[in-house]
Amino acid sequence: MLAYLIRRLIGAVVLLFIVTAVTFSIFFLVPRLGGATADDLASRYVGRSVGKEQIHQTAERLGFTDPLYVQYGRFVKGLVVGTDYNYGPSTEHCPPPCFGYSFLTQQPVWPDLVSRIPVTASLAGGAAFIWLVTGVGTGVISALRRGSVLDRSMMSVALAGVSLPIFFTGLLALSIFSYGLGWTAQGGTNPMDETNPIWWAYDLILPWTTLAFLYAAAYARLTRAGMLETMNDDYVRTARAKGLTERDVVLRHGLRSALTPILTIFGLDLGLLMGGAILTETTFSLPGIGQYAVIALRANDLPKVLGVTLVAAFFIVLANLVVDLLYAVVDPRVRIS
Amino acid sequence: MRWNRITTVTAVSAAVALSLVACGGPKATPGGGSSGGSSAKAEFNAAVGKNFNPSDKKGGTLRMAITEQWDSTDPGDTYYGLSWNLVRNYVRPLMTFKAVPGAEGAKPVPDLAEAPGVPSDNAKTWTYKLRKGVKFEDGTPVTSKDVKYAVARSLDKATLPNGPTYFNDFLLDVPKGYSVYKDKTLAGVAKAIETPDDQTIVFHLNKPFASFDYFAQLPSTAPVPQAKDTGAKYKEHPIATGPYKFGTYDSNKGFDLVRNDQYDPATDPDSGRKALPDKITIAYNVDGTDIDNRLLAGDLDVDLAGTGVQPETQAKILADPNLKAHADNVPAPRLNWTVLNSQVPPLDNVHCRKAVLYAADHEGYQRAYGGPIGGDIATNLMPPGVTGAESFDDYGFLTDKNGNVDKAKDELKQCGQPNGFAINITYRTDRAKEKAVAETLQQSLKRVGINLTTKPYPTGDYTKLYAGKPDFAKANRLGLIVYSWGADWNDGFGFLSQIVDSRVIRDTGGNTNLGIRIPEVDKLIDQAMSTTDETARNKLWVDVDKKVMEQAAALPGIWAKGLLYRPDTLANVFSNDGQNMYDYAAIGLAQK
Repeated sequence: MLAYLIRRLIGAVVLLFIVTAVTFSIFFLVPRLGGATADDLASRYVGRSVGKEQIHQTAERLGFTDPLYVQYGRFVKGLVVGTDYNYGPSTEHCPPPCFGYSFLTQQPVWPDLVSRIPVTASLAGGAAFIWLVTGVGTGVISALRRGSVLDRSMMSVALAGVSLPIFFTGLLALSIFSYGLGWTAQGGTNPMDETNPIWWAYDLILPWTTLAFLYAAAYARLTRAGMLETMNDDYVRTARAKGLTERDVVLRHGLRSALTPILTIFGLDLGLLMGGAILTETTFSLPGIGQYAVIALRANDLPKVLGVTLVAAFFIVLANLVVDLLYAVVDPRVRIS
Repeated sequence: MRWNRITTVTAVSAAVALSLVACGGPKATPGGGSSGGSSAKAEFNAAVGKNFNPSDKKGGTLRMAITEQWDSTDPGDTYYGLSWNLVRNYVRPLMTFKAVPGAEGAKPVPDLAEAPGVPSDNAKTWTYKLRKGVKFEDGTPVTSKDVKYAVARSLDKATLPNGPTYFNDFLLDVPKGYSVYKDKTLAGVAKAIETPDDQTIVFHLNKPFASFDYFAQLPSTAPVPQAKDTGAKYKEHPIATGPYKFGTYDSNKGFDLVRNDQYDPATDPDSGRKALPDKITIAYNVDGTDIDNRLLAGDLDVDLAGTGVQPETQAKILADPNLKAHADNVPAPRLNWTVLNSQVPPLDNVHCRKAVLYAADHEGYQRAYGGPIGGDIATNLMPPGVTGAESFDDYGFLTDKNGNVDKAKDELKQCGQPNGFAINITYRTDRAKEKAVAETLQQSLKRVGINLTTKPYPTGDYTKLYAGKPDFAKANRLGLIVYSWGADWNDGFGFLSQIVDSRVIRDTGGNTNLGIRIPEVDKLIDQAMSTTDETARNKLWVDVDKKVMEQAAALPGIWAKGLLYRPDTLANVFSNDGQNMYDYAAIGLAQK
């Protein structure tokens, strides 16, 4: 098990380095191949009406005039040992893992990301809990009451949840519950500013439920399908024949087996959301990784985009790793193999 | 048993939900310390050029929000109108636009200086005397050396890239690539700026410039103590001389301005600053629709961008008389226009250009920007709010709002293209309104045989790599270039110089003059720049406007307007021709 874990961890680190190389190439090599010069790249990061010399100065300051392998080496070196940055009167050391400095805000990227991860984690974690409990619960009940009015109603709501985009449900929810009834926090409230966990939850309840509504719907449908399949399997019939209670049959045999594919998707979904719940964070103006990604993309701020990409990749790799390990817990067949 | 458990879970959930809702009551109320109803009667355009709910009462927290962070809060590194409006709260440039309603608000008045600049040497030398008693937030007296340092540091475009380059372009003998961070003694600007004593500063220019008081109102003339300059990080806490100073700053969330106890209103008799709120909070990265919803709900006081509400909110406001009574349709010093690139044949022929002007559907152009709420049909370049501007309609845009096909065909004959011609039109990919302009022009010009092919390019690189790069524009036959231009300030130079002077066109791109090259215009601009008499100077800028129109070098579209929402929480709120949004140096909160 330990050897397996070490193998997976080394694989994850190698994968992340491949992601850095590919992402770096997309942003810095591809434009060069398309004929863009160092000054062309730098011209995006100067003000209006500046001259050729000033653009070239900026290109030199941002390191665009160096060969590409030097730029990549500098980036990797920054990740491992940190780097120095000239901000005018003096230089500042950016400690590892230094993801570089924003070309526009002149701020190091890593502290920005670190300050935003708790917001995204709060959003993703809370929403994941809600959608997992409600989605799986709804799916199980629907499967057990197959064809009933309850089943059809739940699946209709689930279909609506999958179909409605977050920027619609989010704005509608804000309009009704926040600005209309005044029950929930307004958009733009930072939950991490709260010292009381109740206020933290209060700030997040609307984004949680909105995001969970979208995901719970999919999970309910998946769980229902999985449960319908497993509840007809021979081993379930055997369990019943052995005289187990219906609760044990459903929870220990039916649901446990149906959970394996759900766990896979849950890991990926959570990993993706940890890399930034872009639409939810934008709709509710939450200062998380997703909002940071949007800001970075709008401004063409490559170090920020690179930073977000790496963080997102890290969480997806981590989530996959955790899911693989959890398989063994959920499904005894994996342990045996 | 199972039902008991369900009942228990439901009851606990309901209790938690109710307690959250109960807690939500006070939390959801406006954060401003002085929320409350306005005493004035709300009506449409009540704050356009006049003071709505005038007040001198201090107190409360003014809550502002914006969709994204602007270039910088450093006065020496910013080029946004909203920023030039806001900085007057925490720093004091030599001159400033007076915080009063209407046209008076477009005139530079002394701020840190005790009087307007005194020109000499044919307007190539300008001298300012500083007021006595002005202090930085730490109590240190402001001297002319602090102003010299502030202007000198703004010349370093590698460290502070965002601000305008007027001082780089006009100051005498500034070395290329100059940086105060490499020249601590400021020897490199010794010829350009002199400080004979602590209260006097003298600027030496490389060419005459009669409107230098407008340069003196740039935020980069606000004093900066050299010892406290932190370069690119100075924006995190600019040292205040105005009525507010920086409290907290977070590059992701926003910042707070709190009262500066070293600010003495007695040293500030001319600017019209009111400094009414006790505190100003600015939140970054708030969703645009969310900003509008919060304004409408009274949970936010000001949309800092000041350009107007989102299109969906605009429709909602205009459909509801009560909401409309809280709205102001503020004219902007902005022209939404289409440049006719004379480097792309057959637009090198004035008659072909005139044919485009006559064939265009001006009402269609206006519709693309949302109809009359989006702006008035422009008949020439300078919007009426620009000081000294004159409106004229040489081509009959207002009489033939959908174009004049006969005259267009006649011009095509004179141009030698009686059946029309084919050419490309470009606009910014993500700007739906510019796309609509391109489409309406496509339809209207087709009536006379001018076939337009659309070629959109990304906004971020539009002027730098595509439409604003002369060789690219020529090679790709970008004959019609849809664009939008707002004045740096409201006089002829501030509006016209960067868009019609052929000498500002750089081969490297990044141009805002997108292809207007008229030698007579360049001559007129030189004349205007050296004319110290304001009336005569304004007349020359009108002549520039007339010459550009005579040469049909551009198709004016609309003089833009923005629909701002004015919540009941505001007092002493007005727009003027200096800011063209609510004046942030005057705005206050309605008191209970």
